[in-house]
Amino acid sequence: MTARRLPSGGEIDRARPLRFTFDGKVVEGFAGDTLASALLASGRQVLGRSFKYRRPRGLFGAGVEEPNICADVTEGAAFRPNQRVTTEPARDGLVLRSASTAPDAERDRTGFIDLFSRFIPSGFYYKTFMFPDWHLFEPQIRAMAGLGRVDPGKTGPVGDQVNHFCDALVIGAGPVGLAAARMLAGAGKSVVLADDGSRPGGSLLYRQAEIDGKPGADWLAETLAQLAGLGVTILPRTTAFGLYDHGLVALNQRHEDGRADTLWRVRPEWIVLAAGAIERPLPFSMNDLPGIMSAQAGLSYLRRQAVLPGANIVIAANNSTGAEVAQAMAAAGARVTLIDRRPDATPLPGIACHAGRSIDSALGRKAVHGVVLDDGTEITCDCLLVSGGFTPTIHLYAQAKGRLAWDETRLAFLPGDPVPGLTVIGGAAGQFTLHEAFAALPAALGLEGAPSAVPSSYDITPAWPEPGCKGRIWIDYQHDVTAKDVELAARENFLSVEHLKRYTTLGMATDQGKTSNLNGLALMARLTGREIPEVGTTTYRPPFTPVPYTSLAGLRGGERMNPVRRLALEGRHRALGAALGEYGGWLRPIHYGQNDAAILAEAKMARATVGLFDASPLGKIEVIGPDAAEFLDFIYYNTVSTLKPGGCRYGFILSESAVVYDDGVLVRLDEHRFVVSCSSSHAAGVHAMLEEWRQDRFPAKRIFIHNATAETATITVTGPQARAVIRAAGITADLDDAAFPHMTTRPGCHGDTPLRLTRVSFTGDRSYELSVRQDLAPGLWDALDGAARTLGGGPIGIEAVMILRAEKGYIVIGKDSDGMTRPMDLGLSGPLRSKKAEFIGKRSLLQEEAQRPDRNQLVGLQPEDSGGLLPVGAHGLDLTGNAPRSIGYVTSSCPGAGHDGPVALALIERGASRHGEVIELHHLGKRRRARITAPCAFDPKGDRLNA
Amino acid sequence: MQIFSCPFCGSRPEYEFHFGGDLGNHRPEGFEAVPDREWADYLYFRNNPKGTAREVWMHLTCGEMFSMTRDTVTMAAAPGETLTEGQP
Repeated sequence: MTARRLPSGGEIDRARPLRFTFDGKVVEGFAGDTLASALLASGRQVLGRSFKYRRPRGLFGAGVEEPNICADVTEGAAFRPNQRVTTEPARDGLVLRSASTAPDAERDRTGFIDLFSRFIPSGFYYKTFMFPDWHLFEPQIRAMAGLGRVDPGKTGPVGDQVNHFCDALVIGAGPVGLAAARMLAGAGKSVVLADDGSRPGGSLLYRQAEIDGKPGADWLAETLAQLAGLGVTILPRTTAFGLYDHGLVALNQRHEDGRADTLWRVRPEWIVLAAGAIERPLPFSMNDLPGIMSAQAGLSYLRRQAVLPGANIVIAANNSTGAEVAQAMAAAGARVTLIDRRPDATPLPGIACHAGRSIDSALGRKAVHGVVLDDGTEITCDCLLVSGGFTPTIHLYAQAKGRLAWDETRLAFLPGDPVPGLTVIGGAAGQFTLHEAFAALPAALGLEGAPSAVPSSYDITPAWPEPGCKGRIWIDYQHDVTAKDVELAARENFLSVEHLKRYTTLGMATDQGKTSNLNGLALMARLTGREIPEVGTTTYRPPFTPVPYTSLAGLRGGERMNPVRRLALEGRHRALGAALGEYGGWLRPIHYGQNDAAILAEAKMARATVGLFDASPLGKIEVIGPDAAEFLDFIYYNTVSTLKPGGCRYGFILSESAVVYDDGVLVRLDEHRFVVSCSSSHAAGVHAMLEEWRQDRFPAKRIFIHNATAETATITVTGPQARAVIRAAGITADLDDAAFPHMTTRPGCHGDTPLRLTRVSFTGDRSYELSVRQDLAPGLWDALDGAARTLGGGPIGIEAVMILRAEKGYIVIGKDSDGMTRPMDLGLSGPLRSKKAEFIGKRSLLQEEAQRPDRNQLVGLQPEDSGGLLPVGAHGLDLTGNAPRSIGYVTSSCPGAGHDGPVALALIERGASRHGEVIELHHLGKRRRARITAPCAFDPKGDRLNA
Repeated sequence: MQIFSCPFCGSRPEYEFHFGGDLGNHRPEGFEAVPDREWADYLYFRNNPKGTAREVWMHLTCGEMFSMTRDTVTMAAAPGETLTEGQP
C-alpha cells in the first residue's frame, strides 16, 4: 500500500505538525489526525497482529468498529492499554506499542503460528490440552493470549462523573441526529446530543450531501450554530455504551487532551437513536490482508485527513455506495477499479468497472498486491476497499429489549416493535439515504421542521459467505474466526447463534463483532438451511465499546471506595499512638503499642488494674413510647417487659427463621424509654428491623425509634480498679454497689457534662460504660485516661477486648455463631419453654431443624497437645466412621490474659453434653487434639464482676 | 440504576431502598397452632410473578415502609403507596 498525504484538503491543520512513536519509530502527523490516519499517511502497513494466528494486520475501519489495530498508549505518567487507534486523536509525544506483539507488529516472533493454523481450529484448546491436565498448559497459553498489556505499576488518572437529566438524548450527530436535535430543541425540549466522533457531523464529514439546497458542510456549520443558539448540549467523542434500568443511559466521553475519560449518567425522558450503521467486510479468501479496508473508512481518511490510501485502488462492493468512493479516489489521483457485485451497476465515467463480479481471493503476504475475480481475472492493486453492506447500530434499542426484524431488501436487522421512550432514526433504522431518513423524521418525532435532501437510492445484492468456499475467509478479524470455524461449529452441532459465538468466539473480542457478526450468522443460516432471521442475533449487552475502569470508578477509589466511620475520639487515639483498623465499618484502635505484642499486654493490664476502651460504635437505638415494652417483648427472644427502670438485661434478637441475628444489652431508662444496644456492625440492620416490625404490627404513634449510635460516644472502663478510676476522674454518681449494682444504669455527670453510666461487662471484670454526647467525649476521655494511668492502667484496643471476652466465653455474633445457630445452641433455652408472648422467630424454634439433637453448640476448647493456639477454622473430627467427618469448627482462639494458656471457642456437634471429651481437629493438613470444656475459661463463677 | 418513588420523599435511587417482601405475606400467629407447612410458606415461598408484583419496600433514609407495584419484566415501578391510612 502506498498511502500518502495529499498536499491540500481535509480537516487537518498543516501548520500544526506533531510527532509520536509507534513501536519505537517516529510517526509524523498534523493536528486533526487520529493515530490511525497519521499511521496510514506514514505508509506503514502492518500495524498489529491477529489474536490467534498472529497474522499481520492493517487498519480496517476509521471509527469504533475497528477490529484490527489497538495499541498501548503511554503519555507521560498516564498509561492506557489497548486503545483503538481509529478513535484516539494524535498528540505530540505519545508513545504507542502495538498490542500484544514482540518485538513489534512488523516482525512479531509468533507470526509462525499462522503456518500451523490448519491444526488449531475452534475448540482446539478444549480438545487438545485435556490430557493429562489443562493446568500444565494453561500458563503458556495464557501468556500468549490476551490483547494489550496492563502495567500494574501505573494507574490511570481519576475520571469525572456527571449526572444529567434532559428531555431528549440524541445519540449520533450525523445529519439525521443533527436534524432531530434541531427539531426537538426547536420544540422547546432540553436536548443532549452525543456523538462518538471527534466532532459532530457524522457522514457529512466525508460524504457528499446536499441538504436544504446547500452543500453538506455548509448545512452542518449552520445547524451547529443553530443548536448552540437553542442551548443544545453537544458531547463530542462520547459513546453511549449502555442502556440501563429506568432509561439510564451511560456514556463515556474521551477528551482531546488526554485527560481521563468522563462518565455521563444521563436520564432522558426520550432517547433518539441516530447512531448510523457500520460497513461490513466482504467474504473472500485472504480478506484480512493489510491494505484491505472498509470503503467508507477509506473515504473518511481521504476526505477528513487527506490521506489517499493507495495509488492503485480496487473497490469491491455489493451495494450502491461503492460508486462515490471510486469517484473520490479517482479524483484524488489514484488508479481505480470498481468491482460491483450488482449485475446492473451503472458504469462510471473514467473508472474501470466490473459489474456483476466479485472477488475470489486477495493476493499478498504482508500486504495486498492484487485480487482474483470469480471469472479468473487478476487485477494488481496496492489497496482494496470493500463494502459488504451496512449493519445498523441498534445496540441501545436491543438493550432496551426491542425486537429486531430482518429486512430482506436492505439486508439488515432493523428495529421491529416500538420501545417506549426510544425512537430509532436514520441509518440505525435502515434509512441509508438522507432523503429517506429526513422524510421519516416528522412521523418518528411527531414534529415538523425536517430538512430535505435530493432523492437518491440505495440498493444492495447479497454477498454472504458461502459454505464450502475454498481458501481462508475471515469472518471475525479480531478473534481470527474463519468460515471454516463456523462450518466446524455447524458440523459439531453448535447451531444456535449463542453456541456459535461461544464455540468459535465469533464476536467476542474487544470490538464485539461490529463488523463480523452478521456475516457469521448468515453463513450459519446457509449451513443449516435456515433463513438469517431464524438464526437470529446474540443478545446485545453493554458496553458497546470498552470503557476504562477509571471512568466507571470515578472518585470511588482508595479510601473513598468504602469510607470508614470515624470515632469522635480518633484524634486522642492517634495521639496515643494507636494502630487503627477497620472493624464493622468503623476505624478503631487495634492496640496502642508498637506491635501485636501490645495486645496481650493490654489485656493483662486490664485484668490487673484497669483498661479504657472506646466502645462508641456499639449500636444505641432508643425505643420510646407507651407500647415500647410490649414491642420489645416481640423483638427479643427474652422477656424484657419485666425489666425494672434503671435495669439492664442481656438478650438475643432472632430472625424469623430463629437464627440468632444479634445479641446485646437492653437498657430500660424509664417506664417508656429503652436503649437497644446491638453489635457495631448490626446497628443499621437492627434499626431497620425494629422499624419494619413497628410499622408492621404496632400502633405507629405509640412507639418512636431513634438511632442514637452516631451522636453518642461510649467509653468503657473495665478492671478491678474501674470504680476507682471513675471516682478519680471526678465523675459525680452514686457508685456504691448497693445503689448501683451490676446490670443497672444510672445518670451521672462529669463537670457540666451529663453522662449515662451502665454497669454491664463484656470482659468479666467490673465494668462501667459511660455514654456521652459525642462532641463532649474528648474531655471525658482525658479525665479517665489520666485517672487510669495513675492507677497503673490505660487505654486498650479492640483486640485486647477480644481476648478478655473470649476467655470468658462471651460470644460475638457472626464469629462464634453462624447462619444456622439457634439460641439453644448458645446455651439459652429458657424463653422457648417459658415465654408466653409472641416474638420474632418463635414458631421456627419448633421446626425439625431447630430441634435436632445433633446440633452444633458453643463450647470451649483447651489444647491437649503442645501446638499452642488452635487455628480458627480448624474442624473437629468424628473418626468413628469409614472416613473422617466434620463435627464443627473453631470460631475464636487467642492466648489467655487471666487464664493461663490458650483459649478457644468452637461450635461442636452435641457440644453441650460433651464437656471433658478429647477430640481431634484438622486444619490445613495438620491434626491437633483438644478437650471440650465449658465456654468460660476464666472466673466461671463471675466473682470479678463485683470485685 | 432504578429510580423508586417513596410516598413521603419522592423519587430516589434504588440503593436508598430495602426490599421488604411480598405485599400480603401475612404472618401466621399462634406458635404451636401454626402448621409447619403454613409457617414454611410464610418464611420461604415467594410469589415471584412474571409481570406485576405487589411488594413492600422500606426507604432506608426516612425509615418508612410502603407498598409498590413493579413489573418484573419491564422493571417499571409505579410510585409507592403508604401502608397506613390517614397519613400523607
